[in-house]
Amino acid sequence: MKDKLMIGDKELENRLFTGTGKFSCKDIIKETIEASNSQVVTMALRRVDFDNQEENVLNYIPNDCILLPNTSGARTAEEAVRIAKIAKATGCGNWIKIEVISDNKYLMPDNQETIKATEILAKEDFVVLPYVSPDLMVAKRLKEAGAAAVMPLGAPIGSNRGLKTKELIQILIEEIELPIIVDAGIGKPSQAAEAMEMGADAVLVNTAIATAKDPVIMAQAFDKAVQAGREAYLAGAGAVKKYASASSPLTGFLKGE
Amino acid sequence: MSFYQEYTRYKEIDFTTFFDQVTENDVQRVLAQDNINKDDFLTLLSPIASNYLEEMAQKAHELTVQHFGRIIFLYAPLYLANYCVNQCAYCGFNVENGFKRDKLTLNQVEEEAKAIVEKGIKELVILTGESRKHSPVSYIKDSVKILKEYFSSLAIEVYPMETEEYKELVGAGVDGLTLYQEAYNKDIYDEVHIKGPKKDYRFRLDAPERGCQAGMRRVNIGPLLGLDNWRKETFFAGLHANYLQNKYLDTEISLSLPRLRPHLGSFQPNSIVDDPALVQIILAYRLFLPRVGISLSTRESEEFRDNLLPLGITKMSAESSTAVGGYAQDKGEKQFDISDDRTVAEVKEFLLTRGYQPIFKDWH
Repeated sequence: MKDKLMIGDKELENRLFTGTGKFSCKDIIKETIEASNSQVVTMALRRVDFDNQEENVLNYIPNDCILLPNTSGARTAEEAVRIAKIAKATGCGNWIKIEVISDNKYLMPDNQETIKATEILAKEDFVVLPYVSPDLMVAKRLKEAGAAAVMPLGAPIGSNRGLKTKELIQILIEEIELPIIVDAGIGKPSQAAEAMEMGADAVLVNTAIATAKDPVIMAQAFDKAVQAGREAYLAGAGAVKKYASASSPLTGFLKGE
Repeated sequence: MSFYQEYTRYKEIDFTTFFDQVTENDVQRVLAQDNINKDDFLTLLSPIASNYLEEMAQKAHELTVQHFGRIIFLYAPLYLANYCVNQCAYCGFNVENGFKRDKLTLNQVEEEAKAIVEKGIKELVILTGESRKHSPVSYIKDSVKILKEYFSSLAIEVYPMETEEYKELVGAGVDGLTLYQEAYNKDIYDEVHIKGPKKDYRFRLDAPERGCQAGMRRVNIGPLLGLDNWRKETFFAGLHANYLQNKYLDTEISLSLPRLRPHLGSFQPNSIVDDPALVQIILAYRLFLPRVGISLSTRESEEFRDNLLPLGITKMSAESSTAVGGYAQDKGEKQFDISDDRTVAEVKEFLLTRGYQPIFKDWH
């Protein structure tokens, strides 16, 4: 049986989501996404230049990818809802990544506003993927609100610091019956593999690929890492033991040794 | 609480003694840290830190790529009017300079908009001189209503306003505010602003904060470099940006680097801001405030702008005209001469060859 990820009514084979931000030119975006094998690509709707074919980033996303427009720049639920509606109206589909950030210093998501926006948009038949700080109660509310997945951050956006919130994400993986997609903070393929190994359903990587010296090769590296991590998770890693099995067991006497 | 209290506290610092005591070791220590505090920022502005520009540049470049990526936002200015009631010693639009004043009619505003949009520009900064009589808030608002049909982002660079007036303009479609303090040094400020409403230091100093309160998405500040000792002015501007960034988390704060340019009249700068100085300013800003935008205008030469690109710059103007009616009609007295006269297409091409993606649209 093939290992597939279901989000909304879409079946995905590849578990690496990518983005279009921070690249040195638009031409390289296409090449990079193709190299990543990614099937879901996020882009900031505020930067999509619909009037100019050469500048319109949508023209650089491979046709078979699912577009995941994000509401970057939104400071409130209301702004996020407005951006989501523009996205739908301009032909970007009905998937939306909710990003509500009212903190320009650390770029931490506003979980409360994100829940509000999720509630509104899920009712309007959007496939809503909210980006949040990992918090169990928030994730439960997002599920109730109709989210299609939860996207907890591994570390602040663009920080490349890795899975700093690992323990909290682990709880979401165990408790929330929705795909958990680790978004933000993943700086290296090994960190993506780590997220997948612990049971995350997918990861979203943008900065680490876009700002690499060679984004195409880095995209391939992430693809492999995500696959390896997923396979390791499915294979069931052996229990990690702190001490080697003792050669002089302390409870051997129970067995008459 | 206003930034004025912070200014008042820090202006008592004995800058000369501080700079005299900074050692190479201090600079190295600051460069090894992840977080740069206010003292560290001043250390990076010291004369001795100029021996470390390369080290600072490497770190600043890395931080900029990490936070902003390999992109540069492009914008253009649009001068609506140059009537001005102020007498500022350093400015070409000074009330005492006898040139023919001009103001665009709303039809002309639209013509200018079309001429600018044709170049591919989507982000506009609109400017007027300070004359509430000739360029009242209602005139700016009427112009904004026309311009927002053409541009995805509109900022104003006009006289300081009350919070309610800013709110009115935000409601009409303005999302950014640019306001330069010119001089943070209050004594110099008073000296160079000879006559007119601009003499009110405090009203201007608090205006960016009023903009934040009125819901501006972006607020851009900076001193006019050359009016006072640039190390001190840069320090206060950095503190001001830091103050706004910490207090108004949902506003994007950015800094500009206007250097005094030749213009009508004969004012000579009080402090020479040479190229190494401007580089040190950019680097110190970036290390102190990794997430602030840093904007560079066509006041600077083509070659110099190109070299500054990787040091921390996030936004540039292109193919600018500083004259009223300068785009569609190509005439009028300029506020200052620009030094980089490349077209938008040329700037775009250049950015791409240097590994930077030009971004024209960043809002709806």
